[in-house]
Amino acid sequence: MEQKKDTLLEIHNLSVSFSMYGHGFERTNLKVISDLHLTVHPGEIVAIAGSSGSGKSLLASAILGILPDNAVVEGHLHYKGQELTPDLQKKLCGKEIALVPQSVAYLDPLMKVGAQVDGHCRPKPVQKRRKLFERLQLPDNTPRLYPFQLSGGMARRVLVSTALITDAELIIADEPTPGMSLYQALEALKMFREMADEGKAVVLITHDIDLAVEFADRVAVFYAGTTVETAPVSDFKAGVDALRHPYSKALWRALPQNGFEPVPGFQPYAGNLPRGCLFAPRCPYRTAECERQVPPVRELRGGEVRCYHGT
Amino acid sequence: MALEAKNVYFRYDRKQPWVLEDCNIKVEKGERLAIFAPSGYGKSTLAMLLSGYIKPVRGDVLLDGKPLPKKGVCPVQLIYQHPEKAINPRWRLRRVLEESGRIDENVIRAFGIETAWLDRYPRELSGGELQRFCVARALMSGADYLICDEISTMLDVITQAQIWKVLLEEADKRNMGIIAVTHNRHLADRIATRTIDLSL
Repeated sequence: MEQKKDTLLEIHNLSVSFSMYGHGFERTNLKVISDLHLTVHPGEIVAIAGSSGSGKSLLASAILGILPDNAVVEGHLHYKGQELTPDLQKKLCGKEIALVPQSVAYLDPLMKVGAQVDGHCRPKPVQKRRKLFERLQLPDNTPRLYPFQLSGGMARRVLVSTALITDAELIIADEPTPGMSLYQALEALKMFREMADEGKAVVLITHDIDLAVEFADRVAVFYAGTTVETAPVSDFKAGVDALRHPYSKALWRALPQNGFEPVPGFQPYAGNLPRGCLFAPRCPYRTAECERQVPPVRELRGGEVRCYHGT
Repeated sequence: MALEAKNVYFRYDRKQPWVLEDCNIKVEKGERLAIFAPSGYGKSTLAMLLSGYIKPVRGDVLLDGKPLPKKGVCPVQLIYQHPEKAINPRWRLRRVLEESGRIDENVIRAFGIETAWLDRYPRELSGGELQRFCVARALMSGADYLICDEISTMLDVITQAQIWKVLLEEADKRNMGIIAVTHNRHLADRIATRTIDLSL
């Protein structure tokens, strides 16, 4: 608990479940994030990689307190050592903690882009916006366009600017780069890096592992709603043997430049999770132990892993 | 046998600038072409033009020298980046697949689509699973050409590899032509027989 002073964001034992109606008035709780751990230190970019539907975006929503009403959050969320209560979230959102949303649908369709990016900042940060748009290669007329007039990549760059224009201490970027050209994606990530180097922090949720490893300090790997491994970025660069969890290894092997070999099988559904390790049904190293009990998180070679057999 | 865009011009409105100006592209049957272009270049517009969703303002989109057929299943099928937007949310997935003809068990098995999924609604499946349906639907329609507009950018790399592996096997078997729009050079190297970079 002493550590909290030098962590910006600390997430401990977080779980998110949705209460849903089944048949008739029967209600069920669907757990989509379970027992998740993540710490973010100032000056750091933490990349979150992992399977589609593993709860990455939900984590972002949980941090910002913008989950739907039927969601139940349990566990500890601490920001700068303070518990992140709904009140505090409301106060910090958009000021100290900013989100780069995943979907273009987050833009107001009836509002011109320029005004949207300025947001509630007063005086209007017009100069800053111009500089941002220029760096992201958005054409001069962009502020006067409506969201439907933007291409996918342009919209993405607009979304990135909405977060960068604030003086946030922590940016949660949910898939900020798809649709951007390599140059633009690099430029966007460079801006995140500059931010982090000023002592702020970025949580970068992404599928683009190649790009993430160029800029991040640590990589957290998600699977079926929990973290299976956190590793220094150098391990991802070093290759498959430096990684700890079988899922991370599978992820690495599936990259187009590293063999393009998929592991068979699917991520289990929320509500239908295996009793033991979540990856066990697809894991080549599974033993009876894995199927009995969820492995605890343990420290291993400067990272963390949730696996009995991780080396 | 080829799918070709010939001197294609397109703009969304007469007051707007051209999105595509004098664009020429040609892909033979059995060929797999990867396209790179900067964001906002008009790649998705090109994809929609090639698959007949929109008509060029000037120029032609030709399949074997003739315009795309106006009736029946289009032999050029487009697969979108967002599977959840390409599937009727109120249809069960069985109906989604049946839209393109009889369900081909082999294709379903190859994509690892489980029988139980067929009775679900789209919102009950993840993006990766839905994208399998979109690709399977396009394959079962018996199309000769597939236009893949960033079909795997939103998916994790394992799902990406799973989908592309089956897609390429099937395409090989049927000697299909593929145009893949992507930003990932490594992916392009894996999947394409030819790449063009429109940003140059």
